[in-house]
Amino acid sequence: MTTEKQPLDRQTMCNRLAMEFQDGWVVNLGVGMPTLCSNYDFGDTDILFQSENGVIGYGPMAAEGEEDIHLVNAGGQHVTLQPGAAIIHHADSFAIIRAGYVDVTVMGSYEVAENGDFANWKTLGRKGGGIGGAMDLAVGAKQVFLALEHTTREGLPRLLKRCTLPLTAVGVVTKVVTNLGLFDTTPEGFLMREIAPGYTPEEVQAVTEAKLIISPDLKELQVK
Amino acid sequence: MKNKVYASFDEAVADIPDGAVFMAGGFASIGVPRNLLAALVRQGAKNLTGISNNHGSMGELMDVGKLVDNGQIRKMVCAFTAAPHPSRAATFEKLHEAGEVEAELVPQGTLVERMRAAGAGIGAFYTATGVGTETAEGKEHREFNGRTYVLELPLPADYAFVRAYRADTFGNLQFRRSQRNFNPIMAMAAKITIAEVEEDILELGQMDPDSIHTPGIVVDRIVKIPPAPKGIWDKPNPRS
Repeated sequence: MTTEKQPLDRQTMCNRLAMEFQDGWVVNLGVGMPTLCSNYDFGDTDILFQSENGVIGYGPMAAEGEEDIHLVNAGGQHVTLQPGAAIIHHADSFAIIRAGYVDVTVMGSYEVAENGDFANWKTLGRKGGGIGGAMDLAVGAKQVFLALEHTTREGLPRLLKRCTLPLTAVGVVTKVVTNLGLFDTTPEGFLMREIAPGYTPEEVQAVTEAKLIISPDLKELQVK
Repeated sequence: MKNKVYASFDEAVADIPDGAVFMAGGFASIGVPRNLLAALVRQGAKNLTGISNNHGSMGELMDVGKLVDNGQIRKMVCAFTAAPHPSRAATFEKLHEAGEVEAELVPQGTLVERMRAAGAGIGAFYTATGVGTETAEGKEHREFNGRTYVLELPLPADYAFVRAYRADTFGNLQFRRSQRNFNPIMAMAAKITIAEVEEDILELGQMDPDSIHTPGIVVDRIVKIPPAPKGIWDKPNPRS
């Protein structure tokens, strides 16, 4: 390939995950990068966004000056309600999450392992952490997608054989997008299905601790 | 029916003793009982255990963080005990790092279900949340239908502070939009529940019984939030 190397930006990463959402899915987006998934143009695909604070069926951000003082998503953003939205309390909201009514949760993460474990609530050397709803979503949602940079700021891999940080959940991750590609977690390990423009599988493997399985159908990651 | 309206927040929190366990509602800065928390800061009770989604912010907003700043908190039970980055650490996190306050970090769904159990007469429950993580260490594990669960215990409190949209004089409460969050669960989990209310308090019979989220039998004291600047009213969250 002679294409110029082009790591994916965060919106492209999230758009690629959003392309996987199926008609009628209930989707939970984690705070931070994953919220970018809602910017994707879903066209006629009917997606229902749910947030931990009991809002089922929220829509775009409210315009400045038109915020409803009582209405936010889990990130504290003043969103709007779609026709057909429902509001429930926090215990019912997590009942819905644990019971599997959420089709996919998209989260950020510090680390993900080839066995589907991930770690996103506590960093090294700190006493406290921020679990929030991540552990409940991780075990309750039908699928767990992660969006994360392929390496740390220091260039260390985040796609590992085994996580080193305290775990959020065991063996639940189904799909991972990084700035270098799209990966499925399979019983055999990470399957690289799509790759950032201009990169070779060897270059991605060089910054990945886990052994990558390269899909025979590997293609350049593109957003429709 | 008993009239539970108190004239001021200061009167409503006057009897809270040192060492009390309290809950405070709110999520992402919505539905936070800011007026009751401000009154508790003025009242000055010490050695308190707080139960809330988080340990408060580091900004100007009145929340649990102001009780921490004021040295009134001994322990927090919450779903966040540290900011995503150390540069944004609030007072609580620094005190926790220094060993000066205790923290019990609980996954959010388990946190609210433990409150629900306390307010629902449930002795304990099993959840799959946290299995294989630090939060399940030392707890009883049990398999049901091929899946592993961990035993979690109820989380009661002496006092619950909630913020509601509408109430009548008996304390029947209605919340609006995502203001509801933890509030109705906490109202049932505490021995004494105190509500701050946004709209003018209604007479008995003026609320549609089907519209009531929390029945007045679990609410003990209610206070109408006065107009600003005396009362604390929310502004929209900063855009991010």
